[in-house]
Amino acid sequence: MGLFIAQLLTGLANAAALFLVASGLSLIFGVTRIVNFAHGSFYMLGAFIGYSLMQVLPGAIGFWSSILLAGLAVGAIGVIVELLVLRPVYRAPELFQLVATFGVILVIQDLALMIWGAEDVLGPRAPGLKGIVRIMGEPVPQFDLALIAITPFVLFGLWYLISRTRVGILVRAATQDREMVGALGVNQSWLFTGVFFLGAALAGLGGAIQLPKGGADLLMDFNILASIFVVVVIGGMGSLPGAYIAAVLISVLNVFGVAYIPQSTLVLMFVVMAVVLTVRPYGLLGREEVAGEHGQVGEPEKPIKPAGNLARGLVALLLVLLACLPFVAEPFFTILATDVIVFCLFAASLHFLLGLGGMVSFGHAAYFGGGAYVAALLVNYASAPMELAFLMAPIGAGLLAVIIGWLCLRLSGVYFAMLTLALAQLVWSLVFQWDEFTGGDDGLVDIWPAEYLSDTTAYFYFTMVVGIGGILLLRHMAHTPFGYALRASRDSARQAEATGIHTKRIQWVAFTIAGVFAGLAGALFVFSKGSVFPVELEIAKSFDGLIVVFLGGVKTLSGGVVGAASLTVLQDFITRFEYWRLALGLVIIAVVIVAPRGIVGSIRAIAEQRFSRGEVER
Amino acid sequence: MSAVLEVRGLTKSFGGVLAVSNVSFSVAKAEMLALIGPNGAGKTTCFNMLMGQLPATAGDVLLHGEVITGMPPRKVWRRGIGRTFQITATYASMTVVENVQMALLSHHKRLFDVRRFAHRAYYDEAMQLLELVGMQTQSERACAVLAYGDLKRLELAIALAHDPQLLLMDEPTAGMAPKERIGLMQLTADIVEERQISALFTEHDMDVVFSHAHRVMVLNRGELIANGSVEDVRSDAQVQEVYLGGGSLFNEVAEGDHA
Amino acid sequence: MRTTKRWIAAIGATVLSVVAGSAGAADPIKIGEINHYKRMAAFAEPYKKGIELALDEVNGAGGVLDRPLEFIFRDDQGKPGEAVKIAEELMTREGTVMLTGTILSNIGLAISSLAAEKGYVYLASEPLADSLVWEKGNKYTFRLRASTYMQAAMLAEQASKTDAKTFATIAPNYAYGKDAVAAFKKALTALKPDVEFVTEQWPALFKIDAGAEVQAIERAKPDAIYNVTFGGDLAKFVREGTTRGLFEGRDVYGLLTGEPEYIDPLKDEAPEGWTVTGYPWYDFEDGSNKAFVDAYMAEYDERPGIGSLVGYMTVQSIAAAIERAGATDADSLIAGFRGLDVDTPVGKIHFREQDHQATMGAFVGTTTVKDGAGIMVDWVYKDGADYLPSDEEVAKLRPAN
Repeated sequence: MGLFIAQLLTGLANAAALFLVASGLSLIFGVTRIVNFAHGSFYMLGAFIGYSLMQVLPGAIGFWSSILLAGLAVGAIGVIVELLVLRPVYRAPELFQLVATFGVILVIQDLALMIWGAEDVLGPRAPGLKGIVRIMGEPVPQFDLALIAITPFVLFGLWYLISRTRVGILVRAATQDREMVGALGVNQSWLFTGVFFLGAALAGLGGAIQLPKGGADLLMDFNILASIFVVVVIGGMGSLPGAYIAAVLISVLNVFGVAYIPQSTLVLMFVVMAVVLTVRPYGLLGREEVAGEHGQVGEPEKPIKPAGNLARGLVALLLVLLACLPFVAEPFFTILATDVIVFCLFAASLHFLLGLGGMVSFGHAAYFGGGAYVAALLVNYASAPMELAFLMAPIGAGLLAVIIGWLCLRLSGVYFAMLTLALAQLVWSLVFQWDEFTGGDDGLVDIWPAEYLSDTTAYFYFTMVVGIGGILLLRHMAHTPFGYALRASRDSARQAEATGIHTKRIQWVAFTIAGVFAGLAGALFVFSKGSVFPVELEIAKSFDGLIVVFLGGVKTLSGGVVGAASLTVLQDFITRFEYWRLALGLVIIAVVIVAPRGIVGSIRAIAEQRFSRGEVER
Repeated sequence: MSAVLEVRGLTKSFGGVLAVSNVSFSVAKAEMLALIGPNGAGKTTCFNMLMGQLPATAGDVLLHGEVITGMPPRKVWRRGIGRTFQITATYASMTVVENVQMALLSHHKRLFDVRRFAHRAYYDEAMQLLELVGMQTQSERACAVLAYGDLKRLELAIALAHDPQLLLMDEPTAGMAPKERIGLMQLTADIVEERQISALFTEHDMDVVFSHAHRVMVLNRGELIANGSVEDVRSDAQVQEVYLGGGSLFNEVAEGDHA
Repeated sequence: MRTTKRWIAAIGATVLSVVAGSAGAADPIKIGEINHYKRMAAFAEPYKKGIELALDEVNGAGGVLDRPLEFIFRDDQGKPGEAVKIAEELMTREGTVMLTGTILSNIGLAISSLAAEKGYVYLASEPLADSLVWEKGNKYTFRLRASTYMQAAMLAEQASKTDAKTFATIAPNYAYGKDAVAAFKKALTALKPDVEFVTEQWPALFKIDAGAEVQAIERAKPDAIYNVTFGGDLAKFVREGTTRGLFEGRDVYGLLTGEPEYIDPLKDEAPEGWTVTGYPWYDFEDGSNKAFVDAYMAEYDERPGIGSLVGYMTVQSIAAAIERAGATDADSLIAGFRGLDVDTPVGKIHFREQDHQATMGAFVGTTTVKDGAGIMVDWVYKDGADYLPSDEEVAKLRPAN
C-alpha cells in the first residue's frame, strides 16, 4: 500500500512539467490554430535559461524567482517568434505555419548550442527541498510534493485567467469563433501575440521547474514533443483541465508501467492515446470540430489539366538530361540524384494525401519506414530475393496504411493529423523496442540490391524508372476520375456526399495509395543505403516530408516534388557548414515569409501576374 | 398515383429543443412544392433530414414507397433525389464543367477509375446540362471566381446530372437579382414540366413562391401550420400572423401578384 | 554579355583548379571522418580535438608515406541514411582512401555494411556494438574501442568478487542497453553461477522516469545494481536514487559512468563508491597517458574526454596502418590493419586478425567526489585482450570470410 501511494505521488509529480508545457501548446492551438512544433524548443530554452539564472541568483528566493524569470524570458522569446515569424504568415494556407515553427526549432537548436555549449547540464536542487519525507515508510522527495502542490495552483490560476477576466473571455471567444472576436472590435493579432506569450511562458516554466528532477540538454526539444502532443490530444485540443487530467493519466500510468511492464514504456503512452480516441474521438474534454474548420482555407487551388505537349516535352527533356547524369558528372552526383528521387517520391506520396486529399498526415514516415522495414525483414529472415522484397514493401506499407487510415479517418482536421502522428509513433516505438525481431536501434543491415543493380549507376537508373514512374503515376491519378473524386471530397464533402460520393471511402483508398507509394520510396531507400534504422520512422522524417510539401506548394501539383528536390540539394550543400541548422532554419523561415504559397505556387503567381498584365481581371 | 415522396411525422430535436416537430406531407409527381417559413422555422433542418445529412429523431421518409430514413445522402441520391444547398457547395478547385462532370462520373460509378482522364469524361453531357441552366459560356471558368447567382445555377446543373425524380432546392434564388430569380424558377418549372419530375423548394421571395409553386407549405417553429394552394395559404390567418413582422412585404407581394 | 563571359571564365578557372588539384607529389592522404557533430556535440567535439592533435603530431613528423595526412570531417545529422550518402561522397568525390568515425552504433553498422558492399575500408572508432565485429563483421571493417562486451565483462569480473547474490539491472531500452545487460549477465553468470537477476529495468532512451525506476528497483531489494544509463538519464537516475536512498548499502556497477563526458555534468552529485569504467585523465603520474593529457591540455586548455583519447588513437592507428601497408588501396590497407600493433597513450594495442577488434582496454575504478567533481580512484587499466571470448567462440559468432 505504501509503495502504491508512493508510486502515485511520483506520477503526480512527473505530471507537473508535462502539464505546464502541454497546456501552453493547447492554449496556443486553441486560439491561433497553430500547431506549434517549436513548443519543445521553448521548453528546452526554459530549462537552459532557468539553469543560467540559478547560477547567479542565490538561495531559495533566487531559485524560485529563476523559474519565474525563465518563464517570462521564454514568453518574451515566444513573442519575438510570433511577431517576426508567424505574424507574416497568418494568411497563408492552413497549417503552413507549422513549417515556420519547424524553422524555429532548427534556429533555436543551434543558438542553444552556441550559448550553452554541447554538454548536458544537471539542474541544481531546490534549496530547502533536498530531502525526503517518509510516507507510510516510503521515501518521497520533498520537491515532488512541492510540484504536486504547485500544479493545481497553476491550473487554477489559468482557469481564473481564462474564465474570470476580460482577456480570458476574449481568449475563450477566440477559441470558439475567431471571426466573432474580430467583430467585437478586438485587435486579433495582439490577442494572438498575448496568447503566444502565455503559451511560451508556460513551456518555459515547465522547462525550468523540472530542473531539480533532471537538467537541460540539447535533445530535450524533440524528446518531449511526442509526449505533449499526446497529452494535448488525450485531454482535448484547447482544453486546460483536459491537459491536466491527461498529463496525470499518462504520468501515473507510466510509473506503474515502469514497475510492471518495464519493456514497453514507450508503447504504453500511444496505446492509451489510441484507446482514449477510440472511445472519445475529440479527447477527454475536447469538443467536436466544426466541419470545415480545418479544411483548406485561403484561396482555393487553380483547376488542373493534364500537362500540355510543351510541358510534357520539357519534362521528357529533363528526364533525358537526368539520364545522362552518370556520363557527365562525378559518381557522387549519381548517388545524390538517387537520394533526391527517393525523397521526391516520398514527398509526392504525401502531397497526394495532403494536397489532393486535404488530409494532413503528421505520420507519413510510418509508411516510408514501414516499406523499408518490410523489405529489410524479408531479406533478413526469409533471405527473400530483392525483387520479391521490393514488391512486398509497398504492399506491406499499404496494409499498414489501410489499418491506420481506418482508425484515423473517423476524425478530421487536426485530430486526424494528431492521430496519424500518434499511430506512427506507435509503429516507431514497436520497431525501436522489439529488437529481437527488428534489430531495434541497431537496425537491419546488409540489405543490398541484386547483383545486376549493385552498381551505383545501375541502381540510379532503376531508381529513375521506379521513382519517377511512381511520381508520374501519382500525377496521372490526379487527373483521373479518382483524383477528381478525391479533390471533390476535399473541396466540399457536403456536395460530394450529396452526389453519391462515399467521401470517407475515397479518402481511405487515397490514404492507402499514399502509403503504397511511400512504401515504394522506402524500398528504393533501403536498397540504396543497404540498411534501415528506426530513424526512418521518426517524427523528424514525417516532418521532413511535410516541410517539403509545404515549401514546394500544397496547392500545386508539382509542389511536393519540387520542394523535395530543392530541400535535398540545399541540405546537401548547407550541412557542410558548422552552424547548418541555423542557416537551414533561417532559409526555411525566409521562404515561408517570402513565398507563403510555396515555391511553385509563388512562381506561378508571379508568372500569372506578368501574363495577365493589361488584361481585365474581375 | 402514389406520391413521389412521402414524409410521416418527421421530427428533429437538438438537445431537447424541437427544431422540426411531427411534420407530414407528400410530394406528387411533376409538382412544384414550396416550403416557406420565417428564418429558423426548420426548413433546412427538414431538407437535411429528407436527404440524410441529419438523422431524424423520429418519423419516416419514403421515396416511391421505400423507406429512406437513416440512409446516408449518397444512397438517397442514388435513389433519385438531387439537391441544392442554401449555402452553395461546389468544388472550388475545379472548373464549372468539371463540377458537373464530377456528378456524372459518380452517377456512372466511375469514381475509382484511375486510368482515363477525367476532364474528357461525359463532357458533352455536362455541357448540355450547363446549357440547360444557361452556364455554357462559363464552362471553363474556375468555380472559385463565379458570382453567387451563377453558383446557384451550377448547383442546379449538378443536381440534375443523375436525372433525379425529385429536386430539393434550398433557397435556390438567394443572392440573385430579381430578374434572374424569375428566370431560374421559370427554368426549374420548365424542367419539372418537361421531365415530369417533382421539386420541393424553400424560398424567401414570395414573388417567386406565388408565381411558381403549385402548392405551398408553411413551417413555423418546426411545425407545419399550413399546406395548400397558393390562394389558401395566402389567406390563412395563422400564416398572416406568423408573417406579421414582415407582413407588409407579404401583402405587397401578394397584391403585386394580383395586379 | 560581359558578366556572362566573366562567369564562364570563373567556372573555367574553378574546373582547372579542381583538375590541377588532383595531381601532385605532396598530395595529402585523405581520410573521411563521419560523425554526429551536432547531434552528439558533447562527445564529438573532444573526439575531433583528439584527432586534430594527433594529426599535428603525425604531420609534424613528416606525415605518412611522405605525404601529409588529412581528415575531412562531415556531419551526418545523426541519420544513418545521410551517413551512407556522405561516405559515398567522401570515397568517390573527395578522394579519401578510407572511412572512420561515428559514435552511435547504428550509424557505425550502416557504414560498415556499405564498406563491405563497396569495398571501402572503415575503422569504427567509437561505436560499441558487439555485432560490428561479430555477427555483422566483415572484411573491410575494423574497430578501435573496447566493445560493450569487453567493458561489461570487466565490470562483471569485479562484481563476481563480492558477496552480492541478487542483481538489478537498469539500461536504456535500445540495442546498446540490451547488449550491455546481456553481456554482463553472461559474463557474471559464467564467473558466479548462483547469482540471480531480480529485476531488469528498461527506461526509454533519454526519457527516463527516474522516480518510478528507483521505486521499481527498490521494490526488488537487490544486493547490487548494474547501471547502463548515461547522459541525462544517468543524471536523473543518480539524483532520484540518491535522494531516495537507493544506493545505500548496495554495490553499484556503472558501464561508462566514469567517462568524463558522462560523470562531469553530475558535478558534486556524482555517485560515490560505484565501480565503473571510465577515463581518469586527472590521475596519471607519468608515462604515455600523462604525455597525451599534457599535450592535449596545452593545446586546448581543457580536459580531454574519452573521446579525445579515442580520436587521438584513431589517427595513430590509421597512420600506422598506412605506413605498414605502404599503399592506400583497400586491399593494402586491410593488410595494414590486420595484425597491426600500435603504440598509444594507453600502451600497445593490437588489431586482431580473427575479428578485426583492437585490444584497446578500459580503465576500471571506483567513483568518488573530490573538489566538487566526480572522479575515479583505485583505478586499473585492463587490457582488452583479456576480455574477449575465445577464438573458437569468435569464429562461431563471425560470418565466414
